[in-house]
Amino acid sequence: MSSYFALIGFGPTGWGLQLLQASLMTLAVACAGFLFGLAFGAIGAWAKLSGSRIARAASDAYTTVLRGVPDLLVIYLFYFGGSAVITGLGRWLGEEGFIGLNSFLVGALAVGIVSGAYQTEALRGAYRMIPRGELEAARAVGMGRALMFHRIVIPQVLRFALPSMGNIWQAVLKESALISVTGLVELLRETHLAAGATRQPFTFYMTGAVIYLVLTTLSGVLFQGAERRTTRSVRLPPVAMR
Amino acid sequence: MDWVFLLDTLHQLLEGVPLTLELAACSIGAGALLALALALLRQSGVAPVAWFVRGYVFAFRGSPLLVQLFLIYYGLSQFPEIRHSFLWVFLRQPFWCAILALTLNTAAYGSEVIRGGLQAVPPGQIEAARACGMSGFLLFRRIILPVALRQALPAYGNEIIIMVKTTSLASIVTLMEVTGIAARLISETFRAFEVFTCAGAIYLVLNFLIARGVGLVEYRLSSHLRPAQS
Repeated sequence: MSSYFALIGFGPTGWGLQLLQASLMTLAVACAGFLFGLAFGAIGAWAKLSGSRIARAASDAYTTVLRGVPDLLVIYLFYFGGSAVITGLGRWLGEEGFIGLNSFLVGALAVGIVSGAYQTEALRGAYRMIPRGELEAARAVGMGRALMFHRIVIPQVLRFALPSMGNIWQAVLKESALISVTGLVELLRETHLAAGATRQPFTFYMTGAVIYLVLTTLSGVLFQGAERRTTRSVRLPPVAMR
Repeated sequence: MDWVFLLDTLHQLLEGVPLTLELAACSIGAGALLALALALLRQSGVAPVAWFVRGYVFAFRGSPLLVQLFLIYYGLSQFPEIRHSFLWVFLRQPFWCAILALTLNTAAYGSEVIRGGLQAVPPGQIEAARACGMSGFLLFRRIILPVALRQALPAYGNEIIIMVKTTSLASIVTLMEVTGIAARLISETFRAFEVFTCAGAIYLVLNFLIARGVGLVEYRLSSHLRPAQS
């Protein structure tokens, strides 16, 4: 047991520092992916709700394809496809040779575009739950579109979408492990390296799994807190009373 | 559009479809049985057993499948006991490791779906069955299980589609299913977009067919909910 702690601790032979850094990298890339997803989701939801038939069709195609195709395939597309585009661009500008892309950015974008498809549905559903009367009332008291959006729409959409967003965040956090195929040294990649270097694969993969469990559990608690906070004004009566 | 390249790519990718389906079918089948067992154990009322199932579901849903796959594929070789046991015949092959990881993973998600179905069985129906003299296994087989599975089917359909997509992770442990072949083609030709289009189309068609199939089964099982045909 003491040898285990020497192995994953912060001592001279320990992998503690690397694992800590890698965990932070996992969190960073997951956060970036989640935020990209939120942006894509907002655009997708707006397109689905807009009257334009073309925008709606494009958004429908986006959610159908990205939810029906393996995430790993999307990551490959972004990693290799992005590099091919940049290399082509470089050749056009007189730069020779293959240009690799920043795997953090590529990974976050790939995870973002996949989770954006799920965010689209979450945000669209949440927008539909806003009572129509409130929008009418806002218009009746003279709010412009921007003010109404800021005061009435956004707070409620966030409240209604928060439970689904919590699920999407958990999925993004776990999906970020796939980005290790691009060589980004996040948690899974680091455990892979440590497992190879020490020839103790089970020890390190188990440690990695436990760190992922800690991350998902802690962020789950955070999301629950946020949910409680945003539903203060609409607290439901205790179950027994309903 | 380079149609010759697209057709050639599609042709090569289709060779991976049998393996993708094999991985999906084996893991979904075995996973569903395990999920049912887990859901029943969770409901058993024996506290340690229920806690074990809770822990199982928590662990497998809270960590990435890729970590679970590596834990089985690379991790188990750390123990000489396993390397020298008969299990090693299976566990040294990426195919069986992938099946094992996918099965254990989907069982965790599936057990929650089935548990929801079991909880949704109307108590009145169970009472009625008891009043008719059914109990134990007969009650379970005739009343609880069919009603629960019918309730769980739509959500389980989603799980099946997710699993078909998830089999792509098997490519990381060298299995040449559709995504594995796609990755190879991309790194050979650097035409990521065309290869992605073909591979994506294959997965979309598979998932569309599965969704239709599940919808059909659902339709067949819900004839009692439709108005009688005149």
